[in-house]
Parts: sequence; C-alpha cells; structure tokens
Amino acid sequence: MIISVASGKGGTGKTTIAVNLAAALDERAELLDCDVEEPNAHLFLHPVIERSRQITTPVPRVDRDQCTLCRKCAEICRFSAIAVAGKQVLVFADLCHGCGGCTLVCPEQAITEVGRELGVIDFGRRDGLGYVGGRLRVGEAMAPPLIKQVRAAADPQRITIVDAPPGTSCPVIAAMHGADFVLLVTEPTPFGLHDLRLAVAAVKLLGIPAGLAVNRADLGDDRVFRYAEEEGLPLLMTIPFDRRIAETYSRGELLVNALPERREQFVELYRRIETIVHRSKAATCAN
Amino acid sequence: MRELVIISGKGGTGKTSLTAAFAALAARSGRLALCDADVDAADLHLLAQPTVRQTADFMGGCKARIDPELCTGCGICRANCRFDAISERFAVEPIRCEGCGVCVDFCPAQAIAFPQQRCGQWFVSDTRFGPMIHARLGIAEENSGKLVSLIRREARQLAEARGIDLLLTDGPPGIGCPVIAALGGATALAIIVEPTVSGLHDLTRVLELAAHFRVPGMVCVNKFDLNLAMTEAIEDLAGQRDVALIGRIPFDPAFVRAMVAGRTVLEFAEADQARQAVQAVWDKIIQSPSMNPLGIVDYRQTIQ
Repeated sequence: MIISVASGKGGTGKTTIAVNLAAALDERAELLDCDVEEPNAHLFLHPVIERSRQITTPVPRVDRDQCTLCRKCAEICRFSAIAVAGKQVLVFADLCHGCGGCTLVCPEQAITEVGRELGVIDFGRRDGLGYVGGRLRVGEAMAPPLIKQVRAAADPQRITIVDAPPGTSCPVIAAMHGADFVLLVTEPTPFGLHDLRLAVAAVKLLGIPAGLAVNRADLGDDRVFRYAEEEGLPLLMTIPFDRRIAETYSRGELLVNALPERREQFVELYRRIETIVHRSKAATCAN
Repeated sequence: MRELVIISGKGGTGKTSLTAAFAALAARSGRLALCDADVDAADLHLLAQPTVRQTADFMGGCKARIDPELCTGCGICRANCRFDAISERFAVEPIRCEGCGVCVDFCPAQAIAFPQQRCGQWFVSDTRFGPMIHARLGIAEENSGKLVSLIRREARQLAEARGIDLLLTDGPPGIGCPVIAALGGATALAIIVEPTVSGLHDLTRVLELAAHFRVPGMVCVNKFDLNLAMTEAIEDLAGQRDVALIGRIPFDPAFVRAMVAGRTVLEFAEADQARQAVQAVWDKIIQSPSMNPLGIVDYRQTIQ
C-alpha cells in the first residue's frame, strides 16, 4: 500500500500528517520523504540513519582523441547540454537530463558517461518505523530523478507513506505516480481551495483515488468543504487550529506523542484510506 | 529598475499574503509592477484580483507520440528510453516522457512524431496596485523554471517600458529549478520564515542556494510569537550569513480573514496589529541600502 500525502499549496500540513500517520502505524510503515528540495520529516521523526547513498544522473564525457567534431551529439540533444565550439565539445552538465542520446548517436563511440550528483538518500529507522529520505544537492535544479530513486527504494512489504513536495508540476507527479491513494491536505482558505483544485486535477490525471484532510479547519471559510462535497472527495480528517498543535510542530515534536489523544485519529485515518483503496480495487476488478 | 523577490524555502510561510500587503503599501507612495513567479500554485491573483489584458501561450518542450499505423513493433524506442515512458504496446505515456527525442531519432520506421507542447499560459493584467504579470503552468507539466524566467523577463520589460522603478516578485517555495530561475538578477531577496524547526532547516538550504547568486538578502520572521526561541535562532542564523533582519510579524488570524475577503491585510479594518508590523517591515525593506533607488548592488552586502 502506497499513500502519497500531497497538496498544491505549501505549508498546509503535509509533513505533519505524513509523519504522524507513519508514527501511528509504527513498524507496519515506512516514511518516504520525497520533498527533496526542503525535506522536513526527519526533524519530527529523528530517525537513526543507518546508511546513506549518493544518487547521480549520467552526463556525457567526451574523449577528445576519438571525437571527430561531427556534431551529431549536439544535434540530438534537446536540452542544449552539449555543443561543439571551435575544435572542442562543451558539456553543460547542469542542463543534461541523462537521456543518453549523445552516447547512442556518437559514431566514434567517443562518449562515455559519468555521474552528476543529484543528492543523497538516507536510510534509517525510528524504533520500528522505516525511514527513507531524499536530500537534493543545493544548486541542483532537477528534483524528479531523485524523487523517483527515493520511491524505488521503498520496502514493498510495508505501508509506504510518501511526504510529497508542494505544487502540481513534475516533482509532485513523481511523488504521486503509482500510489494507491493520494491524501490531499489543505486549509480552508482561498489559497488552500485554489491550490486544492489544481491538486485534484493532477490526481485525476493520474487516476488515483483521493481523500481530503483539512488542517486549521476552523480558520477560514466553508468553501473548501463545499468543494469537497461537490467533487465527491471524501473528507477523512479535520484538525482544528490549536496553538498547542502549532507550538508542538514548531519544536519538532510528533502530535501522536505530545497529544496522545491524537494517535487513534491517525490509526482511524489509515483504516478509512484502506477501506477506500480496497473498494476502488474491487470496482476496478469488477470492470 | 529594482526587483525585490520574495521567497521562503518552506511553503506556506506567508510569502503571497505579504507580497500583496507590500504591494498595497508601495502603491501608496509610487508606482510598481507585480510578478507572480510561483507558477506551480499561483495565488497572488486571489488578493490582487487582476483584470487580464493580454493572454499568451507558454510553449514548453516536445513530447513523443507513436503512430500505431507506422510502428513495426521493433522495440528500439523502448530499449533506448531511459524514462520508462514507452509501454509494451508501444504507446508513449506523456507523463513519463522527458522530451529527449531519442526514440524519435532512432525509430527506423519514422513512426514517432514530436510535437511541441503548450505547457501553460501567461497573462499581462492590471490591478489596483499596478500592472501584473502572472502565469498558469498546466497540471503535471515540466519547464516551470523556463516559465518563471519568461515571466520575470516580461515583467522587467513591462516595468521599464512604463517607467516603473519597482518590481515585486512573489517567488516559489523550495530550492529547485523554479527557485533557481527566480533568484538570478534580483536586486534583493526578502525571505519569509516561520519560527519552526522546518522553517529554520529550510532557511539554511535556501540561503546556501541564494549565496551562489550574490544577491543581498533580508529575513522577516512571520508568526514569530509561535516560538520565540526559534525566532531568535533564525535571526542568529541570518546574522551569521550577512542577511539583514527586517522585523517580526505576529501570528494574527486577521491574515486569513483578509484573505477570505479577497483583500490584503493592509486593506482590512480588523487587523491593526498585523498592519503596523507589516508597515514596519516594508519601511525597512524599502529603506535598506540594497533597495537603493539606483539599484546598485554592494557586493559586501550579499548573502554569505
């Protein structure tokens, strides 16, 4: 079971819900921090990191002795990452998407591939709970290939909880693709509603069942709730605004520990998600 | 022309609410232009309420499309695609297609088309604060950095053409491609941080990124009273990296009530305390040496 916790708008409570849901499920779950630009889940889970792996993407290296300056590499590259200037081939590694086109097209086999560092993946645990977190190298522009690697590192035996990045473009898609369920987190404000609509469109495009969690549910208006009802988006959890919750978060503590009465709420959230996923799978099979 | 770019690292710290409030203040004493560079989840228009005057398509990269009539099923495309974008039945999954064109070039039957994609739209609008350039990136699209660069360039040109000296740019969260595209060439950065472990952590990373661009930076702690110790830790970090402190804004539900009313906190009657705090922060920004009217960058004052 893969549950991706996402939202169009930033700062709505994705990480809060993802880490507390994972902690409530404990050894049954593994948390994947796919917000690789600004990963925060470790600040709440404090996992013991057992190993780390550097992640790279392939970029070309041209052997000048074999290169005949035929320009085929520059012609195939859609990202302007390789160019012939005078008597040499220039590689702009930051622009390279690692498609391997230049290596394939080179008639002299003068191109080999080396790695450009995308970032690091940390593997660890907090008691029984598994933790896999990606950290994008500062200055690296491309988050999606690292996110895909974090996703690929998930333990399929456990419930995977994905903490997704904000937005609706390619990094978010990488964090939602192939999930069994997307839990959308929003706040009942005009910004929250506007960005929720975008996130719902992304989820529909991917054809993944989704549900809604509303954070700071009493600050704002009722338009988010009305929208959810019209969309048939099940409301699975509401968290009221409570200064104690905001302060607990600010210190990097888990709600399920600081406010134990909240633990059952997260276990119940999982039960509801499980029911929806099973029903939707049954419906797919019946068709 | 001076461009202040408002960023945060972490999302949801109040960038857009404050950008709109700064615009309301700046409009009282002069002319300005606005740019919403958070093209992924653009929200500034909800407060600025622009009237769109011009719309243009944003053309991004290309995507492969296999013509089943011409496809011989040889499998070369699938073998060469590093993005797993081609199914066993030789159909391209658009969401996975990176637009590299390797399949197109290597298809012996020339069965693969490679049309350029319309990835979004961008707009030139008028608002009660001044002209605004904004955009909407299509759902699940790539190239958000390219769109950010495009609308920043358009906003600068528009400001210059109309003799406007100040551009306020609402930036995206994170540190990846859209943020990199939002930082280059800015006159100064205003970084809005919340006093939480995440806010501090994300500030560290965004400052590290911003230091590459040799831009002066300023930090404002929003909702500072949620955790005073954390507010102080953030201000200490800013000091160590030569980032100016421009003040603290208290947590005030009036920000949300103003947003619900479609107004900035400056135009909202119930928000006295928040209004004064925002006014004080804006005064510090506009009077800071890095926002001098000539837009001269003092390289001793940049983020370290």
